[in-house]
Amino acid sequence: MYFSKKVISFRNGSVFAALFALLGMLPVRADVFNPDVFTLDNGMQVVVIPNHRAPIVSQMVWYRVGAADESLGESGNAHFLEHLMFQGTEKFKSGEFSSLVAKNGGQENAFTSWDYTAYHQTVARDRLEMVMELEADRMTGLILDDEAVLPEREVVREERRSRVGNSPGAQLGEVMRASQFLNHPYRIPIIGWDHEIEALNTETALRFYRKWYAPNNAVLIITGDVTTDEVKPLAQKYYGVIPAKDVPERTRVSEPPQQAARRVVKKSKLINSPSLTVRYLAPSYRTAGDNTPYALQVLDEIIGSGPTSRLYKNLAVAEKTAASVGSSYSPTAYDLTTFTLYISPSPGVSIEIAEKRLREELMDILKTGVSENEVTKAKTRMADAAIFARDSFSAAPNVIGRALMTGRTVDDIEAWPDRIAAVTTEDVNKVMQTIFDDNQSVTGLLLPEGVE
Amino acid sequence: MMTFLLNRHSLFKTLPCLMLGLILFSQTLRAEDIIAVESTEGVTAWLVEDHSNPIISIKFAFSGGSSVDPEGKEGIANLVAATIDEGSGDLDSQNFQGKLNDLSISLSFDAGREYFTGELVTLKRNHAEALELLNQALTAPRFDSEPVERIRSQISLSLSRRIDAPGYKIQKMLRNLYYPKHVYGRPNDGTVESVAALTVIDLESYLEDNIALDNLTVSVVGDVTPDELRPMLNRAFQGLGHKAKPFRITGATPKVSGGVVVIKEDIPQSEVLLVQPGISRDDPDYYAAILVNQILGGGSFSSRLYQEIREKKGLAYSVGSYFSLLDQAPLLMASVATQNDRVSDSLKIIREQWRLMAEEGPTEQEFADAKTYLTGSFPLSFTSTGRVANILLAMQLNDLGINYLNNRNSYIEAVTLDDAKRVAKKLYNVEALTVIIAGDPVGIEEVAPIPN
Repeated sequence: MYFSKKVISFRNGSVFAALFALLGMLPVRADVFNPDVFTLDNGMQVVVIPNHRAPIVSQMVWYRVGAADESLGESGNAHFLEHLMFQGTEKFKSGEFSSLVAKNGGQENAFTSWDYTAYHQTVARDRLEMVMELEADRMTGLILDDEAVLPEREVVREERRSRVGNSPGAQLGEVMRASQFLNHPYRIPIIGWDHEIEALNTETALRFYRKWYAPNNAVLIITGDVTTDEVKPLAQKYYGVIPAKDVPERTRVSEPPQQAARRVVKKSKLINSPSLTVRYLAPSYRTAGDNTPYALQVLDEIIGSGPTSRLYKNLAVAEKTAASVGSSYSPTAYDLTTFTLYISPSPGVSIEIAEKRLREELMDILKTGVSENEVTKAKTRMADAAIFARDSFSAAPNVIGRALMTGRTVDDIEAWPDRIAAVTTEDVNKVMQTIFDDNQSVTGLLLPEGVE
Repeated sequence: MMTFLLNRHSLFKTLPCLMLGLILFSQTLRAEDIIAVESTEGVTAWLVEDHSNPIISIKFAFSGGSSVDPEGKEGIANLVAATIDEGSGDLDSQNFQGKLNDLSISLSFDAGREYFTGELVTLKRNHAEALELLNQALTAPRFDSEPVERIRSQISLSLSRRIDAPGYKIQKMLRNLYYPKHVYGRPNDGTVESVAALTVIDLESYLEDNIALDNLTVSVVGDVTPDELRPMLNRAFQGLGHKAKPFRITGATPKVSGGVVVIKEDIPQSEVLLVQPGISRDDPDYYAAILVNQILGGGSFSSRLYQEIREKKGLAYSVGSYFSLLDQAPLLMASVATQNDRVSDSLKIIREQWRLMAEEGPTEQEFADAKTYLTGSFPLSFTSTGRVANILLAMQLNDLGINYLNNRNSYIEAVTLDDAKRVAKKLYNVEALTVIIAGDPVGIEEVAPIPN
């Protein structure tokens, strides 16, 4: 329908839900995405993934900085800067970037998450050099003044109204995060709190830009109808000439031990049927440092993914407590993440009953464990899904980009299938005993106004 | 996974109506790449061979969709689409879904306004089982009471959930104002009451009447040759009736014109829709119209509405204009979301731009840029088997002919600036715009729409 330039996060957009699923879907053979990786002298990493199905190429530039790296009191600054990156430089005046991309038949956008900020364009193969020149130019050449910055701040506040102000579910989600992370900046919304967005300005944006945007803190990913030999000289010509600079370490305050369960309730007139979400603090690939995230992905697949999963089979099909029920888990984060269970009761079933049954079902899974057969089937599906991931043009650069932004390597991505294949039934049954710790959980209820 | 429930629905403006007109085609894929394959049983499919991954995508459509739901029984097509993959032949719901899941086969159905559509995506190695399951779903669905009641309650839940959503209220208001008593005035997927009353006999009759070989359109893309495909088509569609019951949707002329309608909502941001009659896909001026709309409010960051409302004034995050291309009810719409006390500013600008476009048309530069965008972005849609299959299906349903792939850009090139100005004048009519607002807008006076 209408475009959403400068999308704020992978995690909330339904467009990306499918892509997200791909994270659990990497190849059986280690050569599926088959990326070439090299590094420019200034430290900028370059990944090329040839894909010759259509005469097009896509460029993504990822910065290792996101909302969780903002200064205290300046929430939303990373995302605000992302919007402002479309303003202009000495070489290309305000509006020229987008107008050049469009008149050349290209499409573009950008997005911000807690751990990264990325900019991308897709164009006909012979326009690659043009978008590389444009993107390299704004890595250091951004010019901002109040005349451009202030209206854009209002755009961001409208974006917040659309995403959060008009959405009780999103309001609940914000408070759940703020409750989930007691200390870590993941507690703050990517788009920022409105009263802090209101105070962002030209100076905060430029300060953030100068601190974090540098070739040695960025990764260039080119996918499409192009070879690594073609990309190399272009990368050198446009990005290789940008001097490296000192970029600070990402130091985020860490979580203390969490010692009490939390419960958050949102009631709204815009809601007419209840739903419940329970999130448990969980390790990411980087924080775990062992195979726990792989075992958790297999667990998620077995208990909560699709119409034959444990939770759906028992709570929706067999006993009709739930209209929808399932789980989700993504280990791609720089710091901690969550393992989520959710349920919407069938019409006529109370939210209390639904919650009780969900928790009982979970206890039951913990008691009986998963079977060898379930694990084998789940692993087969996950391996198959990798082949489907190759059919998508955007999966490879997005999966690889997110990995590189969260402390992992291309080799980690390539090793994913082997590591999933290596997960045993015992591994799955072991991790489930530690993950569902009530004291590390937040329960969120979305209720119609007036229901007690 | 949350979408497991929500996927089972299509709202007023879903893919089929947008998909058919707005998709762009790639130069790589030439008319010569499409093979019309006819099976011994008379099933024809357009095939594009693509052996880059061992995947086969099949998309198909039966004309009719929800438009043939009898009055008072709205939602049949939608319930059929949601339940025919819930068990057939010897397999009950869990066994049927389990088999799909274990073999990584994705099979789904959807009921749009004009077409009942389906999609099968499978790994080549599982194609025999996949075709068998597809055939069983179409010809021998069990409609066991367990899955039918479960799905019915999921549908009712999501129907009742959306009743309170501002965006849905706008769509509903539009249907009621424009098409009272017409099939397009009814909800595509029914109401809680109509869905509650549907019986298995209704579902069976829908299949009997509307799913047949003579109203079937098929496209196939992927790892398959014409010789391999012929028997596959037989296997997929054998046992279907030969003739569907004829139907005719009469033209739906909007019953009102102009007006400003406010749906009072306690939300910080108003959602606004502006609507007027549009242009048919087969109108000779169609290409001029999409060029003009690209300039006014199309999907690039350079459109007039985007520039005036977002870039200059910071009034909104999302604003744009687009066509809805239902065969019998083409519409031209614009939408914006703005905080309540700036709604009148946004409306004023959209109306001004609408008038300006009608009076003066595009400038020479804008016109040239829009042409290079629409022709240059042509290849960007040819990136996966699924997307190509969608395009092949849309080409057939719109009678564009196989040569469309080669000719499409020349249709756009052939439009002159004078054509664009003439079509802008004819099409954009600020007096005809019906404005529907959900929110608590300040300074907006309601005006009753005028009966046509």
